Amino acid sequence: MVENEGLQRYVAHAILWIGIAIVAFPVYLAFVASTQDNAAIANGHMSLLPGGHFIETYYKTLFVGSSGTTREPVGTMLLNSLIMALSIALGKIAISILSAYAIVFFRFPFRMTVFWIIFITLMLPVEVRIYPTYKIAADLNLLDSYSGLALPLIASATATLLFRQFFMTVPDELLEASRIDGAGPFRFFKDTLLPLSRTNMAALFVILFIYGWNQYLWPLLITTRDDMQTIQVGIRKMIVTSDALTEWPVVMATSILAMLPPVLVVIVMQKLFVRGLVETEK
Amino acid sequence: MQKQSVFTSRWLPWLLIAPQMIVVLVFFYWPAGQAVRQSFLLQDAFGLSTVFVWFENYKELLADPDYFASVMRTFVFAAAIALSSLSAALLLAVMADKPLRGISVYRTLLIWPYAVAPPVVGVLWIFMLNPSLGILSHGLRAIGIDWNPLLDGNQAALLIILASAWKQISYNFLFFLAGLQSIPKSVHEAAAIDGARPVRRFWTITFPLLTPTIFFLIVINVVYAFFDTFGIIDTMTRGGPAKATETLVYKVYSDGLLGGNLGSSAAQSVILMGIVIALTAIQFRFVERKVTY
Repeated sequence: MVENEGLQRYVAHAILWIGIAIVAFPVYLAFVASTQDNAAIANGHMSLLPGGHFIETYYKTLFVGSSGTTREPVGTMLLNSLIMALSIALGKIAISILSAYAIVFFRFPFRMTVFWIIFITLMLPVEVRIYPTYKIAADLNLLDSYSGLALPLIASATATLLFRQFFMTVPDELLEASRIDGAGPFRFFKDTLLPLSRTNMAALFVILFIYGWNQYLWPLLITTRDDMQTIQVGIRKMIVTSDALTEWPVVMATSILAMLPPVLVVIVMQKLFVRGLVETEK
Repeated sequence: MQKQSVFTSRWLPWLLIAPQMIVVLVFFYWPAGQAVRQSFLLQDAFGLSTVFVWFENYKELLADPDYFASVMRTFVFAAAIALSSLSAALLLAVMADKPLRGISVYRTLLIWPYAVAPPVVGVLWIFMLNPSLGILSHGLRAIGIDWNPLLDGNQAALLIILASAWKQISYNFLFFLAGLQSIPKSVHEAAAIDGARPVRRFWTITFPLLTPTIFFLIVINVVYAFFDTFGIIDTMTRGGPAKATETLVYKVYSDGLLGGNLGSSAAQSVILMGIVIALTAIQFRFVERKVTY
């Protein structure tokens, strides 16, 4: 094109950097605060450069726990969050790929009814049925358990739909070919379909891991014991209503630790992340 | 759509479907059914007896000024969050769509906040804007603004909107960028040759061609503002001061915590379900039709 592209390009660079600064500033501030002395922060005189308490604060946060407010060290919470996120991601992928396989590659009575029963769950997040779900989890003895944390969040159709869509694009010839080779439904699934679905599964895993890791309302209700808390719930319990009692460096270190795993996943597996995001939202 | 070539087995498909069906029935249909059932029941204060009262709970709810205020507030929040986040993201995406050096670095640096959980977003923002120790609060006070979101309801609402919009920028950016990249470059070049300036090109070509993305994102952002803001509100304001940041989901939560009226809480859940189903239906319509003018 023929316009003064030089100037336009500078403007574009500048706007993008301003955007990045706005996006990054709160996180930078949290990191800086996590390396400083609590007294300086509480006085409102914190420096904008990292301080010298990095090792001290993070050691305390991970293994000891903040003195007044939380009774569990963040290490335990990170483990709980990890177990929950992995169970949600792997559980959802496992049950979804099986049911999508049945719906696409088998003919059986009420096939479409089954599809619709699953499909409708796509629409309603757990937040709209939170107390009835809580009651059922309580009746089933699932409070303060990993299955209680994960199972209600597995009940949704996104992954099933994605696998269904993908399976529809698998050419009929593949199935016929493996049939000629004498493969039954199990062999076809294991040797043909699973290898073909690998990228889809990975993309889905990335999205579901972040989704699971960042859950908040459900873990808040279903966990009462401190040693079952996830990190998202733990953070809120660290903020005491009267500011003076809140140990801000520990809170900020916890926030940094809470966002580190999912943010790393996004950055390191960016291609899979983008693919997963675009495909699950379609 | 049907496959031509399939397996036949009487029991295998049921076995494959069983795990998902069990999870969905137990943790989705059962609680959703319970919510609908309870919304038609009235329980006495001791939980000893229940009466079927038809739409009594709904009538009471809709006549309740607190509930009405919460509905209005939620929609205002949703509109403000969607508008601010979408416009910021669109501006960034248009810039990132230009042939610049280091574009993949920009993209990476702009999309990672997607992974920051809502309660963490709340903590980050309350730390910056806490009236006594927040760094930005000092600045606001220095320019003469009496900043105290813990007491001033409007300021609290603004804080929630800003923090929520901040988190959603990365998601919107990603989808806008994808939308922009799918617009053929030749269209722009043709308009440039016709002498249309960049700003005019944006409003007459790019923006109309982006409408499917925009509609899709509006629905997603509204759903986000309804549900995912819970964690942000709970860590920043807990619905206060004086309910100034109590959205519909937050109200369901805090009414339920107080443990009082089961029927009303169930009716609130059912109304929320209705709203989500309506939004999803709208989305399917628009996404299916690929709105372009």
